[in-house]
Amino acid sequence: MKYVDEFRDPEMAKTLLKQIEALTLEIPKASKRPLQIMEVCGGHTHSIFKFGIETMLPDCIELVHGPGCPVCVLPMGRVDDCIAIAETPNMIFTTFGDAMRVPGSKKSLLQAKAEGCDIRMVYSPLDALELAKNNPDKEVSFFGLGFETTMPSTALTVLQAEADSVENFSLFCNHITIIPTIKAILDSPDLKLDGFLGPGHVSMVIGNSPYNFIANHYKRPLVVAGFEPLDVLQSIWMVLKQIKEGRHEIENQYNRIVPDDGNNIALQSIGKVFELREFFEWRGLGSIDHSGVKIRDEYAKFDSEKKFDLPSLKIADPKSCQCGEVLKGVIKPWECKVFGELCTPETPLGSLMVSSEGACAAYYQYGGALMEAKKAEAEKTAS
Amino acid sequence: MCLGIPGQIVSVKDPIRHLAVVDVSGIQRDVNVACIVSDDRPIEKCIGDWVLVHVGFAMSRIDEDEAAETLKILEKLGEVEEELEAMRTTGT
Ligand code: SF4
Repeated sequence: MKYVDEFRDPEMAKTLLKQIEALTLEIPKASKRPLQIMEVCGGHTHSIFKFGIETMLPDCIELVHGPGCPVCVLPMGRVDDCIAIAETPNMIFTTFGDAMRVPGSKKSLLQAKAEGCDIRMVYSPLDALELAKNNPDKEVSFFGLGFETTMPSTALTVLQAEADSVENFSLFCNHITIIPTIKAILDSPDLKLDGFLGPGHVSMVIGNSPYNFIANHYKRPLVVAGFEPLDVLQSIWMVLKQIKEGRHEIENQYNRIVPDDGNNIALQSIGKVFELREFFEWRGLGSIDHSGVKIRDEYAKFDSEKKFDLPSLKIADPKSCQCGEVLKGVIKPWECKVFGELCTPETPLGSLMVSSEGACAAYYQYGGALMEAKKAEAEKTAS
Repeated sequence: MCLGIPGQIVSVKDPIRHLAVVDVSGIQRDVNVACIVSDDRPIEKCIGDWVLVHVGFAMSRIDEDEAAETLKILEKLGEVEEELEAMRTTGT
């Protein structure tokens, strides 16, 4: 496929790996402890596991899988709210497929569907709007999820609903914003991160300048990265080069997609429809100030939160879940007590096991060999 | 949901609603292109463009020059490697 295959060349990957290894030899601190590089975005987590990138890297580089999977950080109370909407009489509840299996406090959307709720998976919020037009005697609610990457799509859908005077469509808005999240991670006291791979598709919307504080204030390098294997490897190489040269800058490896100043039309549509919430609750990370958006009052008639009666309860994660520690990079997924036994992709306890962009599901699916090797290593050092 | 997929705009469907038909690996579907059109590049002029599609919306035009540039940088890294390899094997 054009613009995909070129960035998957295995020979080039080998070369890049050699260059990466050579660079690490020139970074003195890499010999004392592994250099920790966090990929913020779940899309990168997915690529890293799918292509086995973590297993190829030298031992002195540790990838920390960050909180950038919107499905994975969804708190249980929000899933319960979805189910409350779905159980409203005469309702068609629509969602991206990724969200179907996220556990709520009593059930997931998949279970609610099996029990008779009309819940449908759609590819695009526009498909949900189309459903509303075709079913004028029903209500249609769309479960809006994601960082700035998907925010323009739901904002534009709301604007289209208004232009077409569709009365029976609404959005249950659970969009989250990336910058306060990265800030919360950088402020965490147990932070050891040496650099970041920046989220390529969020950046295509917001541009590169919002990250400047990471370089200026926290003095860490960030390279906005693409998602193919060569993109990821080249970006790691660029982060290492900055570390070696004692620089901390915001660089863009993903020039073919990410313009430095983002996408103005997308940003305008976001600004028109959404405003910041004072705080938003994250699974595993607690509440983060200004980390979510809600629908502005002007568009209240398209807001599922205002249209329907929601429980909106705060529900604590099960005690055995260690999703928060995994998200912050404090423990590895396989170190969670319930990993692979009580918590599997078929019966997830924590949401990191749900989406293929979640660190636990990725380890479970692709990480077998790596996990075994690391477990053996940990046992060896313990004995 | 977050990964996106490259596709090529093949025709205009509904200019008022900013809808175009995009071919993604042989599958054609309606895609909203509002985020990549502008006054100097209206929807009709976008036919043939490669775009990155997320959940039914074209979110970015793929910049062919930049793609070529990135590949060139990668190639250069490869050349350095070849030179180093040559140095190592010849020992000079
Ligand atoms: S194994 Fe399950 S409970 Fe443990 S951190 Fe992963 S998703 Fe959360």
